[in-house]
Amino acid sequence: MAEKKLMKGNEAIAEAAIRGGCRFYAGYPITPQNEIPEYMSWRLNEVGGHFVQAESEIAAINMVYGSAGAGGRAMTSSSSPGISLKQEGISYICGAELPCVIVNMVRSGPGLGGIQPAQCDYFQAVKGGGHGDYRMLVYAPNSVQECVNLMYDAYDKAEKYRLPVMMLGDGMLGQIMEAVELPPMKDPKTFPKKPWATTGEGIGKTRRIINSLYIVPDELEAMNKKLQKVYDEMAANETMVEEYKLDDAEIVLTAYGTVGRIVKSSVDLLREKGIKAGLIRPITVYPFPKDAFKRVGEMPCVKEIVAVELSTGQYIEDVKLYTECRKPVKFYGRSGGNVMSPEDVVDFVLKEVK
Amino acid sequence: MSIVFQKPKFLTDAPTHYCPGCSHGIVHRLVAEALEAVGAEGHVVGVAPVGCAVFAYNYFNCDMQEAAHGRAPAVATGIKYTNPDNIVFAYQGDGDLASIGLAEIVHAAARGVNITVIFINNAIYGMTGGQMAPTTLLGQKATTCIYGRDAMLNGNPIKVSEMLATLDGPSYVERVSVADVPNIKKAKKAIEKAFRNQAEGKGFSFVEVLCACPTNWHMTPLQAVEYVKGDMTKIFPLGVFKEV
Repeated sequence: MAEKKLMKGNEAIAEAAIRGGCRFYAGYPITPQNEIPEYMSWRLNEVGGHFVQAESEIAAINMVYGSAGAGGRAMTSSSSPGISLKQEGISYICGAELPCVIVNMVRSGPGLGGIQPAQCDYFQAVKGGGHGDYRMLVYAPNSVQECVNLMYDAYDKAEKYRLPVMMLGDGMLGQIMEAVELPPMKDPKTFPKKPWATTGEGIGKTRRIINSLYIVPDELEAMNKKLQKVYDEMAANETMVEEYKLDDAEIVLTAYGTVGRIVKSSVDLLREKGIKAGLIRPITVYPFPKDAFKRVGEMPCVKEIVAVELSTGQYIEDVKLYTECRKPVKFYGRSGGNVMSPEDVVDFVLKEVK
Repeated sequence: MSIVFQKPKFLTDAPTHYCPGCSHGIVHRLVAEALEAVGAEGHVVGVAPVGCAVFAYNYFNCDMQEAAHGRAPAVATGIKYTNPDNIVFAYQGDGDLASIGLAEIVHAAARGVNITVIFINNAIYGMTGGQMAPTTLLGQKATTCIYGRDAMLNGNPIKVSEMLATLDGPSYVERVSVADVPNIKKAKKAIEKAFRNQAEGKGFSFVEVLCACPTNWHMTPLQAVEYVKGDMTKIFPLGVFKEV
């Protein structure tokens, strides 16, 4: 039975994580995601889990490594500069094939940047922010409800593929309050067994080793090939995309996360003005919805595409790549923590497109 | 015929990669014996560091996790809080623990998390070829201080046991040496105590072990143990620094 509540994005994602099985959280304070560790600090206690306020983001991600390696459903969260600090640990987690969840409520950068919403960590999230050939399953929810829905099953996905899931939000999504329907608590007894986890029983042939060190080149290459196969399988099964009024669209707006939601309103405003606009919004930014974008590139009615993002132009590269540059792609972005309104996007289209 | 001596069950049959005269083998054995003594079978997880002991997961016959450089106490914390009934230990060298991982060890100690940390202090970076460590003695030569460590240029050695003993968190902090048989016997007792503390729920236990690195010290194994007993023990005195 679904339960309806008015919740901040950060709190809702924390509650959804717990209902999805999270029993260990380690994190370090950074705005605009502080409600996540604050909520976890008392809520995990209630469900028999454990919260640690770590000494740093680096320690936090490594606590998650330990917990995940020991078979736990573990989570950390942060915002941009803190996620940069976690990159080493994320790379090790991917190398050791550990399932976990990492939340990034993105703020503006570079450097210390600002605390307002941004999407300037796109490359870091989808192209592998740490060292080595690795990928994560990266969700880009556009509402508090979508945060809850994606987070709720995130551990099932992470464990299916043995890799981290990143929830790529932004300051806006973390801070906004919306009514959400919360799903029921999952029963940990129903979670799949993890024969690879270091739960302490191993000795001799039965012992388990969590490791990302492969000193023999052929062994490491075989490991890399294995990981790529997992990523291919994930792309085949987990890619998610929203399409809105695309069928007869002449102008296709594209954006992800909260900007995808803003731009949806722009589509309606443009339609009111008689302009055939449509939207394509990736829900997974990795794996990228390649096929859906290829179709957009091939649609005869589409004259132009506009990539809208809160950065100086990162997401647009994938838009061009996966529409195979078959249609012109214009860029409309804000940065520094500034957020465009639906009307701003309409004005841009009226002035700059066709 | 009765067995009077055998390999501890917590060591695998894998031959180690350690150099002749290196102390790691002795400490591995002491840790394995301690695990057996506290009855850890069936509920123990070790954490290997980065450094010479990076392959420790091949030698300890139990579930193991390999941590990023310096992060073993954080990894051990995650393991312990996830499965609190497990005996969890981190095995770290001086570059790993006292340099890049100083924050992790201090906060694990301050938190009093119920784990056991074995700290190998051989005053040098072994795996990378003999660079200056945070515990390198003044005057001691390393590949990044070729004329000997100079306090003005390179700073001073860090005394980790003394530092951790100032915290309220740890239940037990001791520095031992494995330079000769009487000291190895003391080290065995200390390491066993550090594991027994954990089994009894007493909280964070830490044993620093002064070790020899003949290869990177450019000494014979015999010269190296004399260096541990002499110069090194003067700067890093042996003893119990904290016991609750």
